[in-house]
Amino acid sequence: MTIAPARPAAPAQETTSGPFGASIPRREDLRLAAGDGRYLDDIGHQALAAAFLRSPHAHARVRDIDVSGALEVDGLVAVYTYEDLDGRVAEPLPLLIPHPSLHAPRTAYPLANGIVRHVGEPVVMVVARDRYLAEDAVDRVIVDWEPLPAVVGLPAAFEARHAVHADVPDNVAAHMVQTVGDAPAAIGAAPYTMDLTLEIERSASMPLEGKGVLARWDADDRSLRVYSSTQTSTSVRFALAAKLDLPVDRVEVVTPDVGGGFGVKIVHPWPEEVLVAWAALRLGREVKWVEDRREHFISSAHERGQLHTVKVGFDADGHILGLDVRFLHDNGAYIPYGIIVPIISSTQLLGPYKLGAYRVEFHSMYTNTVIVTPYRGAGRPHGVFVMERVMDALADRLGLDRAEVRRRNMIGPDEMPYDQGMIFQDGRPLIYDTGDFPETLRRALAMVDWSGFQAVRDAARAEGRRVGIGVAAYVEGTGVGPYEGAHVRVDTTGDVVVATGLTTQGQGHETAFAQIAAQELGVPVERVKVTTGDTRRFKYGVGTFASRAAVMSGNAVAAAAGKVRAKALRIAAQALGADLTELVLSDGEIAVRGFGPDGPRIALATVAVLANPLRYAFDEEAKRATQFAGPPSDGPPVPEGEEPGLEATGWYSPIRTTFANGAHAVIVETDPETAEIRILRYCVVHDCGRMINPMIVEGQVHGGVAQGVGGALYERMVYDPDGQLLNASFMDFLMPYASEVPHIEIDHLASPSPLNPLGVKGIGEAGLIPGHAVIASAVEDAEGFRIDRMPISPSELFDLRRRHAAGEVPPLHRSSKEGREDIG
Amino acid sequence: MAEATHPVELTVNGIPHTLAVPARRLLADSLRHDLGLTGTHLGCEHGVCGACTVLLDGEPVRSCLLFTVTVDGQEVTTMEGCRAADGGLGPVQRAFRECHGLQCGFCTPGFVTTVTAYLRDNPDPTAEEAREAIGGNLCRCTGYQNIVASVQRAAEILRAEARRAPRGDDRARDERGGAEAKPAPRAEAS
Amino acid sequence: MKPPVFAYHRPASLDEALATLADLGGDAKVLAGGQSLVPVLNMRLAAPAALVDINKLAELSFVHTHDHLVRVGALARHARTERDEAAFAALPLLRQATRQVAHPTIRNRGTTVGSIVHADPAAEMPAVLLLCGGSVELASAVGDGQRGTASGRREVAAADFFLGPLDSDVRPGELAVAASFPVPTGRCGSAWLEVSRRAGDYALCGVGVLAALDADSRVRRLLAAYISVGPTPVLVDLTEAVAGQVFDAADLSSAAALAQARIEPDDDIHATADYRRHLAGVLTRRAAAEALARAGEA
Repeated sequence: MTIAPARPAAPAQETTSGPFGASIPRREDLRLAAGDGRYLDDIGHQALAAAFLRSPHAHARVRDIDVSGALEVDGLVAVYTYEDLDGRVAEPLPLLIPHPSLHAPRTAYPLANGIVRHVGEPVVMVVARDRYLAEDAVDRVIVDWEPLPAVVGLPAAFEARHAVHADVPDNVAAHMVQTVGDAPAAIGAAPYTMDLTLEIERSASMPLEGKGVLARWDADDRSLRVYSSTQTSTSVRFALAAKLDLPVDRVEVVTPDVGGGFGVKIVHPWPEEVLVAWAALRLGREVKWVEDRREHFISSAHERGQLHTVKVGFDADGHILGLDVRFLHDNGAYIPYGIIVPIISSTQLLGPYKLGAYRVEFHSMYTNTVIVTPYRGAGRPHGVFVMERVMDALADRLGLDRAEVRRRNMIGPDEMPYDQGMIFQDGRPLIYDTGDFPETLRRALAMVDWSGFQAVRDAARAEGRRVGIGVAAYVEGTGVGPYEGAHVRVDTTGDVVVATGLTTQGQGHETAFAQIAAQELGVPVERVKVTTGDTRRFKYGVGTFASRAAVMSGNAVAAAAGKVRAKALRIAAQALGADLTELVLSDGEIAVRGFGPDGPRIALATVAVLANPLRYAFDEEAKRATQFAGPPSDGPPVPEGEEPGLEATGWYSPIRTTFANGAHAVIVETDPETAEIRILRYCVVHDCGRMINPMIVEGQVHGGVAQGVGGALYERMVYDPDGQLLNASFMDFLMPYASEVPHIEIDHLASPSPLNPLGVKGIGEAGLIPGHAVIASAVEDAEGFRIDRMPISPSELFDLRRRHAAGEVPPLHRSSKEGREDIG
Repeated sequence: MAEATHPVELTVNGIPHTLAVPARRLLADSLRHDLGLTGTHLGCEHGVCGACTVLLDGEPVRSCLLFTVTVDGQEVTTMEGCRAADGGLGPVQRAFRECHGLQCGFCTPGFVTTVTAYLRDNPDPTAEEAREAIGGNLCRCTGYQNIVASVQRAAEILRAEARRAPRGDDRARDERGGAEAKPAPRAEAS
Repeated sequence: MKPPVFAYHRPASLDEALATLADLGGDAKVLAGGQSLVPVLNMRLAAPAALVDINKLAELSFVHTHDHLVRVGALARHARTERDEAAFAALPLLRQATRQVAHPTIRNRGTTVGSIVHADPAAEMPAVLLLCGGSVELASAVGDGQRGTASGRREVAAADFFLGPLDSDVRPGELAVAASFPVPTGRCGSAWLEVSRRAGDYALCGVGVLAALDADSRVRRLLAAYISVGPTPVLVDLTEAVAGQVFDAADLSSAAALAQARIEPDDDIHATADYRRHLAGVLTRRAAAEALARAGEA
């Protein structure tokens, strides 16, 4: 069986009517595909360059810093240590998301204040004429270190022989318990119980473009403009204004084109964001910092391991009566982003299932490693891995089909909306709104031909080949609040200008949001210009993360466009002397229904002019508008309750998260000799409600699946016991090339969301969420023994095989002579 | 004590330039900052990701692993050089757009230059061949599905263009010393 | 990740290159392909005082095949070596192995000889040279600062050339100008197989095999070279395990066991020593079968 060849995608359709739901080619590609993007390092060519001396030790005291050597480097402009920092810049970086269970939060200083807690922590900042010289200067700085014992890995953290923070001797940053019913009792009373220990190591966002900051202080204007490769310019603005003690109105943050984020760029303010802006102010010069790849590995963020101890009680039919999960979560040296990741693991672990009772407890632990913050999936992959391994284990124990066990535990469509009885990461109840989980699963199984697999397995075996099939289902909370907003304006040129506060890292927002506005306003998509992530254009927002942009800004754009549409119709009705109900808005014009092409009509551009009664006519459109002036009225030119201009601001603030769902099914082949693992088929069924642009949606799924494959089979951050990151380069941190990513087959379901007017749900993370789970399921099926730890490499599989052959790893029940999987 | 600079003559996208650069200046940085051609991107600076790939005398190379001084006298084609004559999207770039072969766009220049050279020598690849052709470039966004499709779509577009204007071929010269002639693209009957 | 300062020399002739290297002494590195050197410099893992750029020495970019020898000049890019039809006809192993070197874009710039001199234990070319019983030609300027014809020449056999990981027998002032690969005679076949994590990555284990049959299609010689299983490539003569056996019924398991006994791999973050040893056995069987089959067709 060969990997199915990729079909060339059908060329995207150009369409000028009903753009919502169409796979139109992206507006931003006219720029990006031409190589005309403006990423952070493409701007600010005259800026000074910053570089950092970063800790080579995982844990150490900084006894002395000698910068004299650096001062001799030609082109050096400034060297800064912690002692140079002033005001709030000298304070620890903020704790972005406090939580009652986060009882020992610790964040870093922008430059180490006498102590470093992970390899890569910034200690000295150098500013020089260019990056080459800045690095030369960094090399000349001599630091006198006193190494301290490093705490690496969850067992060491939990054992707590040494502490990452002296005042947190047990290394526990947070401890949280959530319960639904009485799981221990339910398990105690259950006819069957099982214990599992599961370990899942994740990876890191690793966008192709690292972080970067460019700061420009305008002394004449006393204003600061900062460009940052961030996922939240609106929030960076507030953070910097606070840190630098500037009025918020004097700070603007602009997101340039961003070369990927995947979560890592939501953290803010990074030390470098604060320091580069601060240096720009002090020096009165533009300062730019462009993170290099090594820096990204050792001073950005990862999302790493969780170690789960699970107890499950179930009945003979495979119904889960009680589930008790306890886990350790590695949050790295500091915890600026709070405990979002383990909370999401805890809550999304439930998946599309209804359990009898559930108890989940976690300890979030400090270690002397890079901080852990959300990476696409944000804790869901951990939770899904646990639940799906439990399902497979149950099925095997009872001799039931793995899909059947899932069906029996699944929430049915008639039970929706379903309240899981927990509080989600947004502080709101975890209530699944819409979705047909059994149908999603059924389609995935049909696509991969689950019931026909035994024949495939037999045929492969006859050829001496080993194959396995796996399945995993998940639920994903998307469109988390608190809100997003958008501003829509029709210019007198007829162009529609849209701005929203959140940001873009490749998701096609310039197109998707244009489609929404174009649909609402009846204009061609090409006339709509969208700006994201620029506080000069829109100041309020939260950011792009948690698969929320389409839901949040999509609905905000729709709301704003809706207001603009209503106003345009009102003005047009008056200008045309028609009734509102008689008007039709399409192709940039408002016409009276039933009159044909020569009937009364007015261009949207003209309406825009009329909306802003001016004494002066600046352009042709304005002159043309005078014919619609109408008879003079007694009222004010701008009526009560109205505003000048054909523009409006709209908001969307959800009562709670809307839930997408999906199921993946995978066929793998393992080489009986070399233990290499190859994915033969990768099938995805997902449901994200209504799709704005199906081509963009599929692209998001593709990218997520590739990261899921990477995370399951190739990517792992390897720390040695001293806290050195052993694979801090692309040579040894293995992101998949095209040869490692299989052809991906996708089917969609659409259960519109009842929680927002557009009926959309998020899709950004879907492709990734069940990756570890489904691949573990398939490899286990191929090999005949339990896979409890992911990721897995051929070397590790080889080792498991040997231990299995030696009797140390028990076989699956269905692999032994007596057992077999009763595929339904 | 400023660093010594060396004079370099470089033809980039058909335009000759004279630069004076330190020996250690990477070609990628010269293109981006000395010549303002920011279409070439730096993703790793150790040769693995491929975002910095440009054509040197027509062959794909990593511009993060080349010093500008080394390529004195040679011809470089960048992402900008893959545009159409009017500055719009060139055929390969158009294919990427049509097939949604880019999301954030950061890796795209490396793919476009690599694919441009590849299709010049292999005008009609199968999906398998297309996947192999892009096998040395990393993309974190697309999962490669649509990039494979873009390669084949680009091949289609180029063949159609060749049918319309069979003599309008301006491939970069192949100057490798002692090189074997590369197989000529199959000419399409017009 | 910008490289540190270095003095830069770009000789226009081989003589000039040798004179420059002689002047500079030990703290100079030769820049040919740079695909291994430049990442090291970008990461500031090394800071040589000077770089001698030989990329303008076009006379060194040859691949010559004659008299049962394939001779590859210092500036022949991997891509050049890979595509050379005469070399392929004489010694298919060269293309079989070169194809596995990184990715095509890297091969457009990196050089065969450069890879050999760099002596990475996971690199293919050193193993191919070792397997073929080849040698490296090193040139140096004569005497103290004398310009003139480069008459200092030294030829080092592959068996003596690789001293340790990233360490080869190139003395200060010397330039490797060519590598020679003897072409096996008679009914021969070859194969190169490796297992790597991703396509194009350094191998977890790789093996090149040369097989020779006698007139009765029995195994006359079976030779293998292994990469990533020790500080240098490992040459193992497998002949004793299969000598005299008919080529398509040879006891390859025995050959595999012999190989496994001879190598001493290490653990690293990508694979354990045990796994590498296991792969060596598997790949020996597979590569030997391929090589013998090709020899059988010869």
